[in-house]
Amino acid sequence: MKDFPLLDRREVLKAGLRFSTATLGMGAAGAFGQSVPFAPPDSTKVLGPPPSALGQRSPFETPQKFLRPGTAAAGASFTPLEILHGIITPADLHFERHHAGIPVIDPGSFELMIHGLVDRPMKFTLNDLKRFPATSKICFIECSGNGRQAASLPDGLPEDITPGQLDGLFSVSEWTGVKLSTLLDEVGASRRATWMLAEGQDAAVMGRSIPMRKVLDDAMVVYAQNGEAIRPEQGYPLRLLLPGWEGNANVKWLRRLEISDAPFMMRDETSKYTDAMADGRMRMFTFEMAPKSLITNLSYPYVMQRKGFHEIRGIAWSGGGKIARVDISLDGGRNWARAALQEPVLDKCATCFRYGFDWQGEERIIMSRATDEQCNTQLGYVDNEANRGPGTSYHNSAIRPWKIHADGHITFAMKEVAA
Amino acid sequence: MNRLGAGIFLAVLGLVGCASTSNNARQDYGLGRVIDAAEIAQWDIDIKPSGEGLPDGEGTAAAGAILYQQYCTACHGDQGQGGTNDRLVAAFDREVNYSTGSPTRTIGNYWPYATTLFDYIRRAMPHNAPGSLTNQQVYDLSAWLLFQNGVIAENDVINRSTLPQLQMPASGLFYWSDEVVDLATD
Ligand code: HEC
Repeated sequence: MKDFPLLDRREVLKAGLRFSTATLGMGAAGAFGQSVPFAPPDSTKVLGPPPSALGQRSPFETPQKFLRPGTAAAGASFTPLEILHGIITPADLHFERHHAGIPVIDPGSFELMIHGLVDRPMKFTLNDLKRFPATSKICFIECSGNGRQAASLPDGLPEDITPGQLDGLFSVSEWTGVKLSTLLDEVGASRRATWMLAEGQDAAVMGRSIPMRKVLDDAMVVYAQNGEAIRPEQGYPLRLLLPGWEGNANVKWLRRLEISDAPFMMRDETSKYTDAMADGRMRMFTFEMAPKSLITNLSYPYVMQRKGFHEIRGIAWSGGGKIARVDISLDGGRNWARAALQEPVLDKCATCFRYGFDWQGEERIIMSRATDEQCNTQLGYVDNEANRGPGTSYHNSAIRPWKIHADGHITFAMKEVAA
Repeated sequence: MNRLGAGIFLAVLGLVGCASTSNNARQDYGLGRVIDAAEIAQWDIDIKPSGEGLPDGEGTAAAGAILYQQYCTACHGDQGQGGTNDRLVAAFDREVNYSTGSPTRTIGNYWPYATTLFDYIRRAMPHNAPGSLTNQQVYDLSAWLLFQNGVIAENDVINRSTLPQLQMPASGLFYWSDEVVDLATD
């Protein structure tokens, strides 16, 4: 591993340990010993600890996000997609991408300002926002730069990269808040308005211009994530939610909305998050995330343990709506068969897929391909590059192939597909 | 009919038709407070491409050079060549910049609007002391970076009327995606 040294297993166990002795309480610490996560030989013969005020993971489970090497206040951490089983990302494993660190904001003094082309410029406290009719949406947020390492020229494509290290700038939550259209009624937004600036309260005062069409369609300002207050890393106390649209536009730590008739041309919609295309021009305002899927279990660094039945598992999603189908190829993309989709299949959300097959020790390139309800289908590396060129690493949704070697180890096989 | 009345009327219609219309028909919620221009101005920091939002004052590359060495060199290199953080100076060369996998994209070869530079430096830089620069300092730093990137001449002065007029080398290459093309104004 060049870029992402894998965690030393002993380090992981040690971390789990500190965690367990620190959190299980007196009785548990006494019963469970001091040095290794310990399970009594027969748990039916030992009285367990009482109910706790705050639940904890099993000391045997120590999930971690992948920190981009050298990551600083302007950095990222990736959801470990390969260890998750459903569609919801545990809030503490939600990916992070910040431009100037995570601000600390007092919810008591927090206000959201809405002004510009409105009848009544207004400010709303967090309590005001919680009193408006509430609504929830289970959907993904995906960073526009997700999967960047699959966008390199063939020589630069990595082989020893995990699904999370590659595409873990993708997470799913249940978000709860207020429809933005409700707030815009309250301030009397002008019918002339075509764009809205959304600006955060972080040290980058990060801002993005959002078309009013989206704002009035399904945009929300949200204060809750998976049933509790949003995590600081996700925008506490308030973030913008644009279901299906590139992560950066879902502005965190939201404090200001300016209604306008033109985009604002902020740094993060000009210098960054624009696509340099094959024809030498630069495309701005690519918001909707394309259909994409990813095999998460039979992938690097997993090693096939035995011959026989294996179930390919993964997730598929599209910013264009629901997933209509996922196809699996076991032969490098020549033949395809339909995977089973796990309910629920939700709009602009991860959908789990599964496909069983028999492995007898042969070398194979396996891959998945998503199609959404608009009939848009995930493209392979070659078609994807032809569409866009090597100049952009944003919005990369190309098919992700994995090679199962005869000895059972698995590598990321984009390089072979690209060649 | 007032808005509340209309809401009730619609809700009744919904019941009669057995439709599952929402009970959130438009109404005044009486939440939030109206604010005045002075309060808006405290947070309204954006500079639009038209120049709207730019403060009084003007900047020169000579003054900016001194400020740059003081506040920016540590992360961006003494000539803007890049260091621990982004390169800030690059000549426009379409071939070199867009036919390779990882081109340098910065002010001289990529940024479409000069107003964005003032806006961004003022809100976000220096990264370790964001929002600490005066408008005067931001004008001067913007002038130095525009000069280094070949956008203005060494002795040109930038201010609220000249900055929005500047033609950035790559600006003609930008286009709007299909998603918003109908919203394009030019
Ligand atoms: C402590 C390090 C640091 C210092 C000092 C610093 N910057 Fe930065 N600068 C950064 C980082 C980090 C980024 C990228 C932030 C991001 O990606 O969101 C950046 C980005 C920029 C950009 C945008 C580059 C692009 O092409 O998008 C400009 C312009 C800039 N800085 C100007 C300045 C100026 C002017 C100063 C001095 C007043 C300065 N910076 C001082 C760290 C620094």
